Amino acid sequence: MAVRIIADKCKGCQKCLKNCPFEAITMQGKIADIGPACTNCGNCLENCPFDAIEKVDDGNKGVDITLYHDVWVFAEQREGALMGVAIELLGEGRKLADEIGCKLCAVLCGDNVNGLVDELYEYGADVVYYANDPALVTYNTDAYTKVIYEAIVKYKPEIVLLGATHIGRDLGPCLAVHCNTGLTADCTKLDIDPEDKKLMQTRPAFGGNLMATILCPKHRPQMSTVRPGVMAKPERVAGKKGELVELEVKLAEGDVRMKVLEIVKGLEELVSLTDAKVIVSGGNGLGNPEGFELLKKLADRLGGVVGASRAAVDAGWIDHSHQVGQTGTTVKPELYIACGISGAIQHLAGMQTSKIIVAINKDENAPIFEVADYGIVGDLYKVIPTLLEVLGE
Amino acid sequence: MKIIVCAKQVPDTNEVKIDPVKGTLIRDGVPSILNPDDANALEAALQVKDANPDVTISVVSMGPPQACYMLRECLAMGADDAYLLSSRAFGGADTCATSTTIAAGIRKIGDYDIIFAGRQAIDGDTAQVGPQTARRLGLPVVTYVQKVRELKEGSVIVERQLEDGYEVIECKTPCVLTAVKELNDPRYMTIDGIVDAYNKEITIWNENDVKLDPSDCGLKASPTQVFRSFTPPPKGKGEMLEGTVPEMVNTLVAKLTEKHIL
Repeated sequence: MAVRIIADKCKGCQKCLKNCPFEAITMQGKIADIGPACTNCGNCLENCPFDAIEKVDDGNKGVDITLYHDVWVFAEQREGALMGVAIELLGEGRKLADEIGCKLCAVLCGDNVNGLVDELYEYGADVVYYANDPALVTYNTDAYTKVIYEAIVKYKPEIVLLGATHIGRDLGPCLAVHCNTGLTADCTKLDIDPEDKKLMQTRPAFGGNLMATILCPKHRPQMSTVRPGVMAKPERVAGKKGELVELEVKLAEGDVRMKVLEIVKGLEELVSLTDAKVIVSGGNGLGNPEGFELLKKLADRLGGVVGASRAAVDAGWIDHSHQVGQTGTTVKPELYIACGISGAIQHLAGMQTSKIIVAINKDENAPIFEVADYGIVGDLYKVIPTLLEVLGE
Repeated sequence: MKIIVCAKQVPDTNEVKIDPVKGTLIRDGVPSILNPDDANALEAALQVKDANPDVTISVVSMGPPQACYMLRECLAMGADDAYLLSSRAFGGADTCATSTTIAAGIRKIGDYDIIFAGRQAIDGDTAQVGPQTARRLGLPVVTYVQKVRELKEGSVIVERQLEDGYEVIECKTPCVLTAVKELNDPRYMTIDGIVDAYNKEITIWNENDVKLDPSDCGLKASPTQVFRSFTPPPKGKGEMLEGTVPEMVNTLVAKLTEKHIL
């Protein structure tokens, strides 16, 4: 649907100009004009006092959506182990499939990862589509795209979900272009419209300042990548079985144009921010890289890990793998302690669903206090040593 | 050798704040900038040119006419020419439609060896247009490139960032590489570069120039639609602890213990 100004009704009040998050509306003489930056979000529609803005059909072509059935989850595996987000997606996919009244299917690619098939059944998959080939041993953009695209064409799923990992965010766009369908990145919430059974995909937009619910009404499959750590893992039901469908892998000379020569694990210890129960995070207020040593002491005492804001990562004080926020990792620990973090909107977007948030900052007006359950205005170099003392060994 | 760089002008979302009373975005005075990852993409191309002055670099963008400012910045950093895909017909494009338009622009520029793009733009954070453009051009793509190790005849060896390390990938050229910020530190514009940038023409193309049917552009060609948008409900403000540092710390520990967090 396109958004349009009804020229006779527009009184030139300019309210829509102020309400547009994308600065897409300008004044052309005495009436408002919607420019190419418009994303059809509809904010202006709701706020126009004169009902002078309408949504109109835009002549968008589509496909016969009645041919498409079932919910598919990309069962991403690395070195023969399922990624946590794939299991989370099976939980979410189960919910969606039950609401639509269709099957939940997993798509597994790898080289002799037969053991994962049962695991996928046990986490809820009714059907596992399995592509077993030495060429699929590690993720390869060309090979995985070709194999899964061919399966989509053959079996026609109505929904395809992928984890928003570095691999899912590579594979998703490639598949979507071949299917000529939409893809919504980094969703944090998925729902089925009870009326027409369409997938409603909600994601942060504009650096987390806005949430947008996206539809893919006329094209199939409806595709989303979903942030790891956002959806709950389902219970594993031992012994549950399902149906296996083996996918044919036909890769000709020239189909695969890239080759993984080597996989190098990070030299730093792995920071599992998504699984952590406690995160002690540091920002600009630390003032120096040594500050993270103090945070590490506190994190160790609490059985947690160290996180960081973008400011601290950009300053080069700590590795990017520790970054929490819109461009880093989304986290929801039991306890999040923000030390010397002012609370930029991108940071808040990545941690505000934590169960308890404690903020320590010198500036009493820091935005981080807006989301904190407990705020301490003070010098973190005094507060944290005191806290360590009180907690004892 | 010819390199094409894809760039986008974006609002500096770091500068966007929320009106605490109305819960709406405060956009006044928010500057438009060259998308940060795209600056890394351009820098990667410039480094190839540093080593080999015969390389030419073309920057391509889609956006409103104001995006010319951003393209001039790219020229001032050292790009040779710049193209802006700009038309009403391109408006309302999602990533699927955007990639069609960018690919058409790149096809018209033609004759490229490598295309660099930023991994993602900070206003949308989708990371989709780079790989989608590659597939539309029939090219291989490597996303999340953190290092270009070697440019060879007919291929390139790069490091692709993973969550817990990286992969070393050899990819046939021509190809699309999307840059993450760890790839390099983008250079500043030079005074001479700024002067030169203002003496250069920026080529502006519409859908006819790049031979696209209007029904394949913008909103009409976008499978996804924004159904609604809303400001996320702010988490309620909690409790500010008071007293001396030891008093505050003791209160905190007591509260956390009470809630079984400690």
